[in-house]
Amino acid sequence: MLKYTEDHEWLRAEGDEIVVGITRHASEQLGDVVFVELPDEGREVEEGEEIVVIESVKAASDIVAPVSGTVTAVNAALADAPGGVNDDPMAAWFFRIKPADGVSLDGFMDEAAYNELIG
Amino acid sequence: MDDLRRTPLHDLHASLGAKMVPFAGWDMPVQYPMGVLNEHLHTRAAAGLFDVSHMGQVILRGEGAAKALETLVPADIEGLARGRQRYGLFTNESGGILDDLMIANKGDHLFLVVNAACADQDIEHLRKLEAMGISVEAVTDRALLALQGPGAEAALDALVPGAAAMRFMDVADLEWNGIVLWVSRSGYTGEDGFEISLPADRAEDFARALLARDGVAPIGLGARDSLRLEAGLPLYGHDMSAEVTPAQAGLGWSIQKIRRTGGAREGGFPGAEVILPELGAATRARRGLRPDGRAPIREGVALFDAAEGGTEIGTVTSGGFGPSLGGPMAMAIIPADIPDDATVYAELRGRRVPVTVVPTPFVKPTYKR
Repeated sequence: MLKYTEDHEWLRAEGDEIVVGITRHASEQLGDVVFVELPDEGREVEEGEEIVVIESVKAASDIVAPVSGTVTAVNAALADAPGGVNDDPMAAWFFRIKPADGVSLDGFMDEAAYNELIG
Repeated sequence: MDDLRRTPLHDLHASLGAKMVPFAGWDMPVQYPMGVLNEHLHTRAAAGLFDVSHMGQVILRGEGAAKALETLVPADIEGLARGRQRYGLFTNESGGILDDLMIANKGDHLFLVVNAACADQDIEHLRKLEAMGISVEAVTDRALLALQGPGAEAALDALVPGAAAMRFMDVADLEWNGIVLWVSRSGYTGEDGFEISLPADRAEDFARALLARDGVAPIGLGARDSLRLEAGLPLYGHDMSAEVTPAQAGLGWSIQKIRRTGGAREGGFPGAEVILPELGAATRARRGLRPDGRAPIREGVALFDAAEGGTEIGTVTSGGFGPSLGGPMAMAIIPADIPDDATVYAELRGRRVPVTVVPTPFVKPTYKR
């Protein structure tokens, strides 16, 4: 089941990892994405740390680590074709993270709560 | 939002699904559902219709209006033929740029188009000409549209025969369904195209008639900015300001020989004693920049002459992603002695990114001269 953060990320638990992307709402707000900078695989990150840079035709923004842990994989295809974030934001994952404290998405919003957040 | 001004096309923008943003005190469309990237590419491939009604339109009338305007603008206006338009600058006493503008000779009057953000200040400035017997009339009952791109000529000529016969920087009054359009063959996208002033109460009808033509799509301010940047066109308040001189802004070409040192009507405009000696001798100048890689460098990013340490040589004045260019691009005012193809360094998110100094435009204009 997908969960959502207040930073407009979607989170999907897979095994001992969490897959992270941004929501359609976020991609629409950003506008056409023209550049994505991904973290190095193996990087240890803190919750809330800015680890992805997204540049749209309008502005630069960040994606933060939803939990503390280790980045285990990044979607390198996005660096070459950043427009995928707009075309299919639910398929355009940015990175997988192995949480330091195990996988639990209990503290995050479900779809109904997220939809309420974005109005 | 209530205090934002609305153009005559406000309802049209809403019906087209535009995303509106505040811009220079106006509620303006930044993009339509097509999105900035595709709007940009569409304009270069077909035709884009822009609402630029927020820009100031001004009429100067009176004997010697051209001569009078030359006291505020360093361009050759007396030599501007009837039916022709020219780009010019308002300068200040210290040689800086107060605004840039278009000046058209309409025979019995001059027609000016100035930037929205500067319009009130420009009109106050122009009122100095009233002492010379010149009337200054702010035109507030007309909209202004820009139709730009390779399909602009066919689309406009189908509605308004005569448009196709105009060449770059011609101006003409053309009729459409009983109203008079003030048409110029110009724009600010690097594309062939037209700017069209028309009565506000018929603007939506006319815009809808253009949008009904094959290949004409509405385009917002977002794509307008990337189009003008690719064309290497400076934007007031970004690439030029009251602290930047014409030579530094790369706009010395807008001061014709007759107004320069040794010319028949040398000087006689604010800041001439600073501006004229600097032409061809500026120590800093506006240049194009191509960042290595795909990351855009935007306005305000600091530039250095070395990958580590070194000296700050300037800041980016405009920057973004060029959809037609397929990569990032920027402009900055940096030391003039840095050669083209030199590498400088942009400080981006705490890192120095190599950037190549290049000539502008980034994408070659297609004006019909």
